[in-house]
Amino acid sequence: MKVAKDLVAASATPMVLGILAEGDSYGYAILKRINELSGGELDWTEGLLYPLLHRLERLGHVESSWQSVAGERRRKYYRITSGGLAELAEQRRQWDAVVGALKEIWPGSGETRPLTAVLRGGFA
Amino acid sequence: MTGEQDDLEAQFAQWRQYVRRRRELRQTDTDELEDHLRGSVEELRAAGLRADEAFLVAVKRMGSLDELAREFAREHSERLWKQLVLTGGTDDPAVGGRPRRELLAMVLCAVGAAVSVKVPELFGADFERDGAFYGPNAGLLVLPWLAAFLAWRRRAGRVVVGVLLALFALGAVAANAYPLAEDSQSVVLTSIHLLIALWFAVGVAYVADDPRSPRRRMDFVRFTGEWFVYYVLIALGGGVLTVFVFGTFETIGASPEDFVGRWLLPCGAAGAVVVAGWLVEAKQSVVENIAPVLTRLFTPLFTAVLLAFLVTYGVTGGGIDVEREALILFDLLLAVVLGLLLYSISARDPLAPPGPFDKLQLALVVSALAIDVLVLLAITGRITEYGTTPNKAAALGENVILLANLAWSAWLLLGMVRRRAPFAALERWQTNYLPVYAGWAWVVALVFPPLFGFL
Repeated sequence: MKVAKDLVAASATPMVLGILAEGDSYGYAILKRINELSGGELDWTEGLLYPLLHRLERLGHVESSWQSVAGERRRKYYRITSGGLAELAEQRRQWDAVVGALKEIWPGSGETRPLTAVLRGGFA
Repeated sequence: MTGEQDDLEAQFAQWRQYVRRRRELRQTDTDELEDHLRGSVEELRAAGLRADEAFLVAVKRMGSLDELAREFAREHSERLWKQLVLTGGTDDPAVGGRPRRELLAMVLCAVGAAVSVKVPELFGADFERDGAFYGPNAGLLVLPWLAAFLAWRRRAGRVVVGVLLALFALGAVAANAYPLAEDSQSVVLTSIHLLIALWFAVGVAYVADDPRSPRRRMDFVRFTGEWFVYYVLIALGGGVLTVFVFGTFETIGASPEDFVGRWLLPCGAAGAVVVAGWLVEAKQSVVENIAPVLTRLFTPLFTAVLLAFLVTYGVTGGGIDVEREALILFDLLLAVVLGLLLYSISARDPLAPPGPFDKLQLALVVSALAIDVLVLLAITGRITEYGTTPNKAAALGENVILLANLAWSAWLLLGMVRRRAPFAALERWQTNYLPVYAGWAWVVALVFPPLFGFL
């Protein structure tokens, strides 16, 4: 099973911001981490990741810096900013609402919790 | 092992070159994607793949470059537009110094050209009255600066610089050594032909890095077309500026007429020659060339007009009224047809099969030839009757040169449409023919005045 394209796109921003909230990272590592987290079911491409990173940079959610690794190679590292953390919190609130609502209508898919508890306790 | 590593590096270099051609991707994007690719390759090699296999798989995984570029373009749509920034707009620090130096060199040459136009005034020449001086010398005052800029940019060798100096010195002789009256035919002829001859000297500077290559010569043809378009655009802008200078200063009771006529116009026109040349050089890879686009638009229209002319001529059955103006008009017509041919050649994919547009061009050239033969028949009759003048001889010579070019072009075009001859033959013919124009221009400027007794 592969996750539909629209859903991948919609979840892309919180996913990347969430990974960067764990620590600074670079493109290839971010992609690997997403693969790992989703067990390979999220079909991310470079064409999705890098323009997204650039957009987040333009919006001020992340900042980037070039660092040299292994000889002449340069690598672009991304760091989440305070604005990005705020955005992540906001996105998370919205996703919690969506996930909570879905869990309400789909009883039996995992543990069922009342909607209010989901909202209060969060998704984690 | 090191051999394998070298192969891999070569593959990366090739990939970089391939990616850099995409306008949507900047240097930093390429670097970022390359780092990604290298990460991917390393992982695959650690899993046991050979270097070249790992590279192939990694590139394949990255997906098609078209798709990648499209995604980048959605985020960076501005990259598809402007990009012509004064300092080159590069985000690569390694090449950052060069555009700035280039800008400086351009400003220097433009100012030099503008000043050169004013220098003769120190010795009593007057821009508005001394037509006999400024006419033949206009090219000599301005074009060396453009040639200098191009030669500097191409890092021209000693030989090229020597040739350039010799050509411009020869031009100075042609412009000033002969005693030509201001109202003589020769002064006008020299002015026009010396300008053409010196433009080809600029061409020598343009192809300085590889003078014999037909590709470079074709590049000079492209350069000429784009330069002209840019010059016209700058002139339009200058016109707007002039209008505002007049309008605003007149509201406060000052008359800027003298300033505009003596400074703004001559200096602006001279400086713009260099600026337009620099613009063409700077934006080469940024904007679609406009001259070929205009060619596409006007080739069908000109073909229709020429065919209509031939049909009308056939129906009415009257002769062609060949005054001197008519001969010049038909010369210009041939030049335009040649230009249309040349610029569509310059933009044509050499490997593309012959298409309907090539047939249309054949029709254009053949109808222009037919008209010209009619005109030539009429004019030679008149010359044998009344004797010749410098103007007639020059116009006739030009006609013959253009006719020869177009006739052979038509033959090659026919071969191409019938798939007998490759397109390259036509291209080579045109680029090899370029020196003929220069040669004729020199002949008219240097030999005609004494030949016709400075008439």
